[in-house]
Amino acid sequence: MLNFVEIKDQMKSDSIALSFKGNVTFELVDSIIIIISDKLDAIESDINTRKKMYGILTECLQNLCNHTDDKTAEINSNYDIKSVAISVTSTDTNYEIKTGNFVSTERSVQLKSRVDEVNSKDKDGLKALYNQILTNKVFSDKGGGGLGFIDIARKSGEKLEYDFQKVDEKYTFFSLKIKVNKK
Amino acid sequence: MENLVIEPKNKTPKINFDSANGLMEIMGISCAENSVDFYKPVIEWIETYKKEPQAATMVEINYKYFNTSSAKCILDMLERFVNLKNHGTNVTINWYYETDDEEMFDAGSNFSEILEMPFNLIKVE
Repeated sequence: MLNFVEIKDQMKSDSIALSFKGNVTFELVDSIIIIISDKLDAIESDINTRKKMYGILTECLQNLCNHTDDKTAEINSNYDIKSVAISVTSTDTNYEIKTGNFVSTERSVQLKSRVDEVNSKDKDGLKALYNQILTNKVFSDKGGGGLGFIDIARKSGEKLEYDFQKVDEKYTFFSLKIKVNKK
Repeated sequence: MENLVIEPKNKTPKINFDSANGLMEIMGISCAENSVDFYKPVIEWIETYKKEPQAATMVEINYKYFNTSSAKCILDMLERFVNLKNHGTNVTINWYYETDDEEMFDAGSNFSEILEMPFNLIKVE
């Protein structure tokens, strides 16, 4: 949770701050990306950093959207299961993108092993894994190609940080933190 | 055969395929959440062109950005362009990237390696 000092720090002219919690649609994803891209165009002079941020955000948000529909409309007594959270912040040295969403506990096991696999690879290992999946000619019915986390990790250049918290028998909250270093 | 012209939208690129001149141009952004639908007619057009291609086929590709959902479709499309050379046409692939855009340069050289066909990697200001 943000405290007030952190909120004040985010009022610095070179910081970028956006947080959102709620149901996400592809239309909303487009709007969020436009807002952040405009801000980045203004504060980030390095084209590669801007493009990395744009790419990572696109992958993260499309991931969140693709997996929202998996859920039935049932509401957990404490949590809005269809809701997602995203925040983008900037410090002197890096940008940080954080996302959070509910996944079925079954899916959380697959997710963990996928992110662990990505984190176990160095730069060349990530390229090899990317090409292996790129050339496998498998498309999911949602158009995802299984390349999202690999692409995010390659763009970030840092390990992906994550956390899984079980909220009830069916659902687990998955949070992901991605860093992009400033040049 | 008819030309294929698709105007760009905020998440899909401009397509301008001219069969009479053997010139195929793609430019812009490709980041639809499900790219398969967008590339389907593009791929079908290439398959039709393959039946009666021009002596020379020039493919001009200028992506500003593509997402991972597009990556597999782009590979599929490029593979079909490359395979045209087995159907009596001389294929040239020009891959454009903006100055300093290392990722788009790498993407072009990676596709070229996978497909075992040299691309002209061309820097644009």
